[in-house]
Amino acid sequence: MDWQALALTLKLASVTTAILLAIAVPLAALLVLGRSRWLAALEALAALPLVLPPTVLGFFLLVMLGPRTSVGRGITALLGHPLAFSFDGLVVGSVIYSLPFAVQPLVAGFAAVQSNLVDAARLLGASSVRIVFSLLVPLARRSLVAAAVLSFLHTVGEFGVVLMLGGDIPGATRTLSIVLYNQVENFDYAAANRTAAILLGLSLTALAAIYLTGQMRGGKRA
Amino acid sequence: MLELSLRARRGSFHLEVVCSLASDWTVIFGPSGSGKSTLLRLLAGLDRNSRGDTATGKISLDGRILTETTRGVWCKPGHRRTSLVTQRSSLFPHLSVEANVAYSLANLERAIRTARVDEMLELVDASNLGKRRPQDLSGGQAQRVALARALAPGPRLLLLDEPFSALDGVASDALIGRLQTWARANGVQTVLATHDATDAFSTGAEVALLREGRLIAQGPATEVLQDERERIALRLMTP
Repeated sequence: MDWQALALTLKLASVTTAILLAIAVPLAALLVLGRSRWLAALEALAALPLVLPPTVLGFFLLVMLGPRTSVGRGITALLGHPLAFSFDGLVVGSVIYSLPFAVQPLVAGFAAVQSNLVDAARLLGASSVRIVFSLLVPLARRSLVAAAVLSFLHTVGEFGVVLMLGGDIPGATRTLSIVLYNQVENFDYAAANRTAAILLGLSLTALAAIYLTGQMRGGKRA
Repeated sequence: MLELSLRARRGSFHLEVVCSLASDWTVIFGPSGSGKSTLLRLLAGLDRNSRGDTATGKISLDGRILTETTRGVWCKPGHRRTSLVTQRSSLFPHLSVEANVAYSLANLERAIRTARVDEMLELVDASNLGKRRPQDLSGGQAQRVALARALAPGPRLLLLDEPFSALDGVASDALIGRLQTWARANGVQTVLATHDATDAFSTGAEVALLREGRLIAQGPATEVLQDERERIALRLMTP
């Protein structure tokens, strides 16, 4: 068992989930409460990773973060190293790749909050930020949990983006999915079975926890 | 003094109202679908132009312009010193009654906030409900608490959209009586929308009669609602 890869995978998923929630909550609130005609374009952009092949996304990021673009050169100058083939680069790729899995449950949850409650808060002088954190987030907390779990699991199972953007560097970019790929390529099916079982167990346990929590609370599933 | 000159379209419905409301207690009377709720939402600043729906015109309260579409003036709902209480309960379900009433008072010191909440709950005869959650309240109790919450920030204009529908007649009359006294003492102009003529007569208010989105009469209830008065009297006398 490659414990280093497991630890790296869990670290990547945790960091990605934390960043995604920080981005997705205001983004989902903007999509639900906003009035701009550009919001449809923003929503489409946020959902794009759902349909874009991960390898394509990984390739674009690899090129964009590399030394041939001003963005890549700027980041290298800022951090002292390029983002491609580093853990930080994987985080950037994972955040973009899993963005819809955080945004979409939150959009659904926020949109389900009755509009008369939002109107009442506005009339009582609440700012948009207060409406989000005092009303939308508490009332859509199940969606928040779903967004966090889906983002985490999606990152754990990520392969295409990781391979394109991070390669296979032990301790830096080698995640469990890469380990599994290597094991299959080397015909080591016994080890591949164990790695796949861990990935399956992680996914099933987290999803079961969401559904069990939903059943215990007796509410609608997010 | 509330002055308004409004035109609005909501789908196929058109609203056009031009009037000045000087009375401290005005009843907007009209049947369901006459545009009462639309008018109150526009006064509260809740409805702006959206796809298919348009609203133009001017609203001013005591000389302060709240909306003037030709100049692009639109005061946010929370900055109008205007409160709206509707028939549909809009209490925040995850907060206690006290927290609901205190929602607009976050910037006040704790002691002042608590005193204000107690005062508002006492006004609506709901002092014993402070610790409860909205889902544990009856329809009438929820409407009382919603009224307390709307009064807490000290509005200059109070808009009531049939907010006492879940209260029985005696309780409703008593609450309106207390509310009228409080509103006069605190300089709060009140606009009550209703389709129940008895509300207009019992409060002795100035009445604005709304039909199919048009203001067709304005004046004392005894004049504007003469037909309604006779209809009610006839119904009471009919065995």
